[in-house]
Amino acid sequence: MDSIGVLLTCPMLPYLQQELEKRFRLFEFWQFPQRTQFLEEHSGSIRAVVGNISAGADAELIEALPKLEIVASYSVGLDKIDLGKCREKGIRVTNTPDVLTEDVADLVIGLCLAVLRRICASDKYVRSGEWKKGDFKLTTKFTGKTVGIIGLGRIGTAIAKRAEAFDCPISYCSRTVKPDCKYKYYPSVVELASNCHILIVACPLTPETHHIINREVIDALGPKGVLINIGRGPHVDEPELVSALVEGRLGGAGLDVFEHEPEVPEELFGLENVVLLPHVASATVETRNAMADLVIGNLEAHFMNKPLLTPVV
Amino acid sequence: MAFHPQDDGAPPPLRRRPPPPCVLLLRHPPHFALLDRPLPDGFRFLKPWESPLPLDGFLSSPDARPAEAILTSGGAPVTADMLRRLPGVRLVVTTSAGLNHIDLAECRRRGIAIASAGDVYSDEVADLAVGMLIDVLRKVSAGDRYVRRGLWSSEGDFALGSKLGGKRVGVVGLGRIGLQVAKRVEAFGCTVSYNSRKKKPYVSYPFYSDVRELATNCDALIICCGLNEQTHHMIDREVLLALGKEGVIVNIGRGSIIDEKEMVQLLVQGELGGAGLDVFENEPNVPEELLALDNVVLSPHTAVFTTESLSDLCDLVVGNLEAFFSDKPLLSPVLDE
Repeated sequence: MDSIGVLLTCPMLPYLQQELEKRFRLFEFWQFPQRTQFLEEHSGSIRAVVGNISAGADAELIEALPKLEIVASYSVGLDKIDLGKCREKGIRVTNTPDVLTEDVADLVIGLCLAVLRRICASDKYVRSGEWKKGDFKLTTKFTGKTVGIIGLGRIGTAIAKRAEAFDCPISYCSRTVKPDCKYKYYPSVVELASNCHILIVACPLTPETHHIINREVIDALGPKGVLINIGRGPHVDEPELVSALVEGRLGGAGLDVFEHEPEVPEELFGLENVVLLPHVASATVETRNAMADLVIGNLEAHFMNKPLLTPVV
Repeated sequence: MAFHPQDDGAPPPLRRRPPPPCVLLLRHPPHFALLDRPLPDGFRFLKPWESPLPLDGFLSSPDARPAEAILTSGGAPVTADMLRRLPGVRLVVTTSAGLNHIDLAECRRRGIAIASAGDVYSDEVADLAVGMLIDVLRKVSAGDRYVRRGLWSSEGDFALGSKLGGKRVGVVGLGRIGLQVAKRVEAFGCTVSYNSRKKKPYVSYPFYSDVRELATNCDALIICCGLNEQTHHMIDREVLLALGKEGVIVNIGRGSIIDEKEMVQLLVQGELGGAGLDVFENEPNVPEELLALDNVVLSPHTAVFTTESLSDLCDLVVGNLEAFFSDKPLLSPVLDE
């Protein structure tokens, strides 16, 4: 298989790169600043693309790779891949579902606790010597707070299970009502936001869910409400979110994703009721290795004409 | 013609009411003050800080003699000497989760009832313990610092954390708080085992009578026990080494349960993986070496301080005082074990 050309769109986990190199002829896209030239020279041998949340496979790239058979994404999110184009050309697409579900759900609860209990702000309080001058302020309890989840898929369900251990009543909004679901359903995000204390974005990014968190939803969530986003930055109208937080119209936010990563609005840096993370919801050694194994497994399966492990297209 | 006893102009007969119970406050209860809540009616509160005498002098003065109950918060100890000087005291109410500031033996000897904070704090303390565990393993505070310093843009991706699922969590002290911690971490796919003074009969978690053995078999230790003679420095160098290079310790009990000096050294040397600490041996002083470490999360003893728990606590204090002085059972008595 080592003559099969695989294009890696940007630097990824060293373990993944090593395993790809062992099996395939690996092209590191970022090493070739002259893209057009590179594609002219090598597009004939590239039969697979490995992408991620930063760089996937858009229509332009797909068109430039006439021998492309499979796009294996090192992510569960597919918003950087032109799925329509892939379907059109019969190109297979795989992602990394399930292996990262738990990590993402764990981090959501971590963010809820960090925001409500001001864990990061109080850590700073100690490190800066402020504790010697006086006690930290009162915070608010997480146990028992109403939690609203947008998207009750694998990740949404895992979040709900964890929140239940904290006696949080769960409600959700989804494209469709889930049958046999014990949680309360709201047909719109605004209604969900009006009826929960903590609103969590856990749905995929699609044209329909772009800016699903807008001014109206933020107003409904209110000055005591907290937004947690581990979906995609574009789920949220970021300028609206920032002004709501700065003006105190929203109680707090735990954000792992932003509209223009790695840029994060600096107005948020001075706020202690927000927690800002550099897109780490699946960033554990264990999970990233498992994701890498899935990418490798899918590519191997494809080139050995076996069924794909986690196909999307 | 109706008979109205007051019609002849004489005042109504005096009804004998017992005097309000006298409660000694060692200091103004911060919990009431923080919520801007007035002290309850129906009691006479003795406030030593309003006396020109120092506390010691006040306790010996006739002003203190009528005290029938003492209300204390964690920082104000109830000593044998104090109880000797206040022979009328029949009840001690504490607002703290811990009891190490009360001479329990002396209270028992004198037949003095004790009311604690009961279950009021269990949820919030467990919440913070779990929040700190997640923070250490998933580098939440460190990641937040990374972003705020602009390093995500300049340095690229942040370091990987460690998954919670599958981690073996050892709970030290399986009381109210320990049980709430266990229930929560199980939802993350962690397995729970514990060490306690005695094995708990209705609990299915594996029990370790020796805390070092517990540490050997765990990835994270969460200290949920009280501070007493047996637990002082119970988490020593041996236990921490047994926990190991990848091991994490979370302390929401009391600082002195851990040999702090040893722990700091092991953290600095990389012999211990990380720590989440809400309590320290000499608060509010925190060992300088910890301030430079990214794998520790430091908290200024806030485990109980939410508006909800303080409100519940104030209700409980009032409830206990009212119950006791109406000869009803205490709402949250400390029972002999």
